[in-house]
Amino acid sequence: MTEIASPVPPKTGNLRWAALREFWRYFSVNKGAVIGLWVFVVTVLIAIFAPVLAPHSAEQVFSKSILVPPVWQQGGSSMFILGTDAVGRDILSRLIHGARFSLAIGLVVVTIAMISGVTLGVIAGYFRGWVDAAIMRVMDIILAFPSLLLALVLVSILGKGLFNAMLAIALVLQPHFARLARAAVMSEKTREYVTSAKVAGAGHIRLMLVTILPNCLGPLIVQATLSFSNAILEAAALGFLGLGAQPPTPEWGTMLSGARDLITRAWWVVTMPGLAILVTVLAINLVGDGLRDALDPKLKRS
Amino acid sequence: MKLMKTLMAATALMAVMAGGAYAKTLVFCSEGSPEGFDPAPYTAGTTFDAASRTVYSRLVEFEHGKTSLIPGLAESWEVSNDALEYTFKLRPGVKFQTTDFFTPTRELNADDVIFSFERQWKSDNPWFAYQEGISYEYFSGMSFPDLIKEIVRLDDMTVKFVLNRQDAAFLADLGMDFASIISREYADQLEAAGTMSDLNQKPVGTGPFTFVDYQQDAVIRYKAFEDFYGGKQPIDDLIFAITTDAAVRAQKLKAGECHIMPYPNPADIADLQADPNLVVGEQEGLNIGYLAYNTQMAPFDKVEVRKALNMAINKQAILDAVYQGAGAAAINPIPPTMWSYNTAIEDDAYDPEAARQMLADAGVENLSMKVWAMPVSRPYNPNAQRMAEVLQADFAAAGVTVEIVTMEWAEYLSQSKAVDRDGAVLLGWTGDNGDPDNFLGVLLGCDAVGGNNRAQWCNEEFEKLIQDARITADQAERTALYEQAQVIFKEQAPWATIAHSKVFMPMRKEVSGYVMDPLGIHRFDGVDIAE
Amino acid sequence: MLRYILHRLALIVPTFIGITLVAFGLVRLLGSDPVALLAGERVMSPERHALLSEQFGFNRPIWEQYLDFVLSALQGDFGISIRTKTAVLDQFLTLFPATVELALFAMLFAILIGIPAGIFAAVKRGSWFDQVTMGAALVGYSMPIFWWGLLLIIVVSGMLGWTPVSGRIGLQFFFRPITGFMTIDSLIHGNWPAFVSALRHLILPSIVLGTIPLAIIARQTRSAMLEVLGEDYVRTARSKGLSPRRVIGIHAFRNALIPVITTIGLQVGMLMAGAILTETIFSWPGIGKWMIEAIGRRDYATVQGGLLIVALVVMVVNLFVDVLYALVNPRIRVQ
Repeated sequence: MTEIASPVPPKTGNLRWAALREFWRYFSVNKGAVIGLWVFVVTVLIAIFAPVLAPHSAEQVFSKSILVPPVWQQGGSSMFILGTDAVGRDILSRLIHGARFSLAIGLVVVTIAMISGVTLGVIAGYFRGWVDAAIMRVMDIILAFPSLLLALVLVSILGKGLFNAMLAIALVLQPHFARLARAAVMSEKTREYVTSAKVAGAGHIRLMLVTILPNCLGPLIVQATLSFSNAILEAAALGFLGLGAQPPTPEWGTMLSGARDLITRAWWVVTMPGLAILVTVLAINLVGDGLRDALDPKLKRS
Repeated sequence: MKLMKTLMAATALMAVMAGGAYAKTLVFCSEGSPEGFDPAPYTAGTTFDAASRTVYSRLVEFEHGKTSLIPGLAESWEVSNDALEYTFKLRPGVKFQTTDFFTPTRELNADDVIFSFERQWKSDNPWFAYQEGISYEYFSGMSFPDLIKEIVRLDDMTVKFVLNRQDAAFLADLGMDFASIISREYADQLEAAGTMSDLNQKPVGTGPFTFVDYQQDAVIRYKAFEDFYGGKQPIDDLIFAITTDAAVRAQKLKAGECHIMPYPNPADIADLQADPNLVVGEQEGLNIGYLAYNTQMAPFDKVEVRKALNMAINKQAILDAVYQGAGAAAINPIPPTMWSYNTAIEDDAYDPEAARQMLADAGVENLSMKVWAMPVSRPYNPNAQRMAEVLQADFAAAGVTVEIVTMEWAEYLSQSKAVDRDGAVLLGWTGDNGDPDNFLGVLLGCDAVGGNNRAQWCNEEFEKLIQDARITADQAERTALYEQAQVIFKEQAPWATIAHSKVFMPMRKEVSGYVMDPLGIHRFDGVDIAE
Repeated sequence: MLRYILHRLALIVPTFIGITLVAFGLVRLLGSDPVALLAGERVMSPERHALLSEQFGFNRPIWEQYLDFVLSALQGDFGISIRTKTAVLDQFLTLFPATVELALFAMLFAILIGIPAGIFAAVKRGSWFDQVTMGAALVGYSMPIFWWGLLLIIVVSGMLGWTPVSGRIGLQFFFRPITGFMTIDSLIHGNWPAFVSALRHLILPSIVLGTIPLAIIARQTRSAMLEVLGEDYVRTARSKGLSPRRVIGIHAFRNALIPVITTIGLQVGMLMAGAILTETIFSWPGIGKWMIEAIGRRDYATVQGGLLIVALVVMVVNLFVDVLYALVNPRIRVQ
């Protein structure tokens, strides 16, 4: 297969570098996006080095220090910078470890949703006909149910727990990828380079994966970013409703679910995990906005 | 036209409400919506609070705050010598409530009593299946269909129940919610109008409160029944504000939006206790969480092995980790609020070393066993999974390896009944009627092996005691028999008794006369609020 | 046009079948034996178990149960709740107005603030107002709304005492429902204090539920306006000397409205999802809370019927939006 001359100009290392530089030029115009990217990078670093950074272990219980307020408030202790929760665990350490869960959730969910969604979408857009109709009908049906409701029922079937919650969210998010991939494939399919590849004798799989797909990547990347933040929010919502990650897992939404009872007594237990979710999701959405501006040729020049 | 009518009705209602501007209103932030307003088909305490304890009354009633029985709609009763015939003399002059949908023309009589039971019993009664999907869980759960031979109307005010066999708990059963007395006249009226399902939506009874209105999943309204046989209640209006979230309930209580709330979050209790405007009542619930060994499988057929494992359990650690302070260590298989509870019995001391030694002496080494953990949270065991983990650690300290098993709830319930079940099973029980037989007989009797008796335990001596108690009418004699039965239970240790969960009732300071009920029901008769 | 609508209507049939399959199938997967669950710890005799299974129809072949489910649903019978023994549709209809009232106020909040904010941001593109508004919109879009709801309860209800903690209306107000909307019912009854109470109860839940739609609408309005403002006819109108207010108000806004309306329509499904969280936090007696409780209690019939009704509502609304969109925007019909 490799002997077939590719009609797409071969991408040399140099060219790729240039494309990346052009992308960065567009991306860095958007200051918000750059800030978001930095925050995101810091979150990733925190997640990677969580055991080193966290002052305590996430599940260590200091039974004598229950509901200690943050350090700047009266009664606070420098041992627990953001205070402790109702069981006596250090909130800062739990938040730091929680970053791992949130990022893992985003990553796993987007990976599953993207692979299955894009596969289905590409197949539908490439073959059209009844295959297309069947696949897209299934996607419509999934979209007809409110996402959180469907995820809730799925988790009740699969059983409570983080992994099942991720599966459920991935299933709910994948129709978006399928629709996008299908639309992109359909518009690319009629392009000249695809026709010439076909004439040159490329097989279906090669056409779909090697020729067409790379040219639809832009919108898919933007969708992946959006789904990443959505996944974090939905997993937190499931955790909050008691169906996601189970305590004592330091998942941010689950931390909030345990903290609901304390809203009048210990504001920090409620505020901190929510802020962590908000900041992370906001950073990812900022990056998403920047990516869309940089990758979408239509908006590029407006 | 219809709108005009509704409008006028509503305006009239508003006028009534406005007229009672100085009415004393008690607001109860209830934990959920009732399943319906006919107590017979349902099993949930939430339904009983909203339907039977407010609107209805029964032949016999539980004494407020106790599990003993007092006369209700039956003024007095006699039991025949063979304990097979119960003759009830009805209280004269008992009135049914008058509402905007029903005006009674006569007082309570034997017809109402017979109707209330026959509709749940005889499948040819038109009310047996008056609503699609209805079934009488408690009536059959207490085995009334086999127990009752006939119900005879001796005269207008006398009814006789004839039983097929002796059952000492029969009277206590009649104090339960499903035995609430319904107006035959009202039922006839509904039947004639073809609106039979209204019985489940617009209740009429002889209880302390008259039903006014229900807004689904939001508010239930009652007013005090002026002609209640026990006298009019000190409060004028009773409102159930349905608030499913415990944290929100606590907030509403603190904000003065309600006066009493049930089931606070364990984590909230300290905070509520600290609030100067609130009082937090506390009591052991009528329940038990236990670990049942399979006493028919080696090596758990040996008493020493069971005893040794019981000694290896650190109950305090379980109370902290699983009940978070809302529990009390269980010594006997019945809760301490129940009559005949044997206070002389002492719990097995926690001693992992001695346990290890006892196992070795019994010739059991490197024991590995399964512990079944329920997949759901129940009042008697809020988190079986966590409890199993604590047990795993405890048993490991005594040299026993534990594998934790769990499965879907319906499967769990059915498979744990098997006589050849492998492993000890975590389960529990919430009492129905405050009679010790409802625990000792139902859960540990020989005829319950392969069923409710999850320990598959059949002990001759114990069985004789509870059988004797079943046919003894005198409560003092029964008490002595049950006390002895508990001694044998503790010696034989078919279960590790783990805990009775504690019940908390936070209420505002101005509330007076609220008595916590050992049966776990919430009653508002006798409750008053200071202005 | 008619062809497009017919085509769109024809798609309903497979979607409907799919929805019923999903609702039915998911619920079958929820647990093994609903009758045993009903009995709980209490032992049920095999005869009684068989009797109840028959009553609920659980012992019939699965395809027969499915067929029965679909045929009854077509006749408006969505089953009977195992817990309360009342019709699922009746429960839905009593609770639906609460959700709709909340959703309408949430949308009102989102539109009244979102559209003007978006227009101003577009007109003053690049100004501090634009930057602050769009920053705020992105924060709103990223908000975990359950947390947002808790914060508002702590501050507004708890610390400031401005709004009630939960519920739809003060307990002292009591009238028979006519429309099921507390705000409308109280006005029909001429009860002004009740109306005020209902509004006060609506404030926080509406803000919480409306936050994400607000962010989306503001962003959408801004970008639609920017696009329109750049087009020739607006430039022409400007060059003809029409006042900026007229240009923005009449020419630009009217054309920018089309995508905004679509966005609003597409929020319906999201509102249902948001309602689950909002209603849980505020003890709001609506559909979201109803469904979540039915799932928690494993009330099969309610989950099954409820899922189907909710999906049908979303489907119908989406259809309506699509057709409406096709009416105002002829280009879509070609696709």
